[in-house]
Amino acid sequence: MRRATADNWLVRYLLIGIVFAFIFIFLVFPVCVILIEALHNGFGFYWDTLCAEHSLTAIRLTLLVALAVVPLNTLFGISAAWAVTHFQFRGKALLISLIEIPLWVSPVIGGLVFALIFGRQGWLGTWLDTHGIQIIFAYPGIVLGTAFVTFPFVARGLIPLMQSQGKAEEEAALTLGANGWQLFWRVTFPKIKWGVLYGMILCNARAMGEFGAVSVLAGSVEDRITVPLQIEQYYLGLDQGMPRAFALASILLFLSVVTLAIKVGLEWRRLAHNIIRTH
Amino acid sequence: MTVISSEAKRGGTPAHGDFVFNQPRVPSGRRRKHILPGFHLTLGFTLFYLSAIVLVPLLALLLKTVTPNADYPDLSKVVRHVFDVATDLRSLDSYRLSFGLSFVAALINGFFGFIAAWTLIRYKFPGKKIVDALVDLPFAMPTSVAGLALTQIFSKHGGYIGQVLFNWFGWQISYTSWGILIALTFIGFPFVVRTLQPVMATLAAEAEEAAACLGANRWQTFRRVILPAVYPALLTGVMLAFGRAVGEYGSIVFISGNIPYLTEITPHLIIMKLEEYDYVGAAGLGLVMLLMSFFIVAAINLLQHFVIHRRRLA
Repeated sequence: MRRATADNWLVRYLLIGIVFAFIFIFLVFPVCVILIEALHNGFGFYWDTLCAEHSLTAIRLTLLVALAVVPLNTLFGISAAWAVTHFQFRGKALLISLIEIPLWVSPVIGGLVFALIFGRQGWLGTWLDTHGIQIIFAYPGIVLGTAFVTFPFVARGLIPLMQSQGKAEEEAALTLGANGWQLFWRVTFPKIKWGVLYGMILCNARAMGEFGAVSVLAGSVEDRITVPLQIEQYYLGLDQGMPRAFALASILLFLSVVTLAIKVGLEWRRLAHNIIRTH
Repeated sequence: MTVISSEAKRGGTPAHGDFVFNQPRVPSGRRRKHILPGFHLTLGFTLFYLSAIVLVPLLALLLKTVTPNADYPDLSKVVRHVFDVATDLRSLDSYRLSFGLSFVAALINGFFGFIAAWTLIRYKFPGKKIVDALVDLPFAMPTSVAGLALTQIFSKHGGYIGQVLFNWFGWQISYTSWGILIALTFIGFPFVVRTLQPVMATLAAEAEEAAACLGANRWQTFRRVILPAVYPALLTGVMLAFGRAVGEYGSIVFISGNIPYLTEITPHLIIMKLEEYDYVGAAGLGLVMLLMSFFIVAAINLLQHFVIHRRRLA
């Protein structure tokens, strides 16, 4: 006899079938297509595309952007989580909501706001022009836009983690005479290091793959574009555009698969909370 | 009996003979308020960085829509221009496309996300852990990469699925609004599943067993017992997917073809305005999108509030 909470076998197989079909068409198939299309013209072509001048410049810029954005947002995430979970102050709920704004806002707006400040017609445009400082269509602009888009990633993972851990151990360390730095490095950091890593990895994946904000701020100057924009350039290009675009896209695909593997590993070990959650 | 001397009330040490019982310590002055160190440092840096990266830039956008400049020398002209751009036919078509398709994609995700969450929580089948891990793929994968792959799959020229659909039925997916719909469905999928899973995992089996004992068949149990319990989470997940889809740009730009009035989404129109050096117009469209996002967030928070409140009553 069937248990009251179990479904009919027909329903069960039907639903499992639907899930597999959906996952295959929407998730597995695109991944396979990227790999197939990337190697469409053979491995030699694939390798040449990756080693081409344009690809290498884009990869270098993307790495430099992530190198600036991930530490900044991590520092912010840890400091925000420390402030929010260890102290009572007025406007705390508002602060948490404000941190989450970039999750709700279109990435294009993340680029637009900095264009409005630093662009030629922006607030500081004339001043920057006369002093010869370039922010838009240059490295600082791309860093700012990317920092906006990936802003909440570390904080949003750490706040619930540190909230669940409480502050009793920190207070105990304090009574034993630890100072602030000892407290953080010897007591708090060992407890949250996996959560920090988790946030950094998500932040990094998003930073390296960011398209909307960067396409506003990077313009189309050849040596000032990141990997996702270079993919678009290849795609729009006439000379073997598709295989080139897919070859470069396969790097980002590899990055996202590694990210996913680490993320899932940390979640299965219950070291981190899933970032997609409502509470 | 609790006797507190006036000294102890002010936070000083109780005098000999005072009987202190379960009385919370009253903080004396500012230093005692925060026991752990680093309050000013961490909150200060948090507020500074938040302002520099998020708040001041967003404020700059708001101010741009009301500040006169060389092209629009007084306030009424600026506001007039913002209004004109925001209610332009091309803009209205882009809102319809962005919000309409995001809504439909969110509903599709609600349906498939529900099935996926249910299957992952209730059934045992081979490959379950892999399916569970793959659900997060749209979240980990750069949207432009996903967009590129979907464009290729659904292209009528040599696309793996697109060619078949075009040759057999004459359907065109890539470079039409159907393509946008597919891309939006792709990026919103994890939100519904991940919102539903924890709620489904905590459903009480007793309620379903009681329904079965009372003679309900499985469908009735589902509709009357299970669905009402997970409905708020489903709605929240659908709205999260909707909110995410409205602002999406990276995956759409490849698959939509960006034809004005037909397949042009609002974020793309903002970039077009910027390329025409119409900063005020771009800011105006940005403002419209910000307001829309704000309403979506407010709706989700209201929903959460309502759910928590109802649970407390129950």
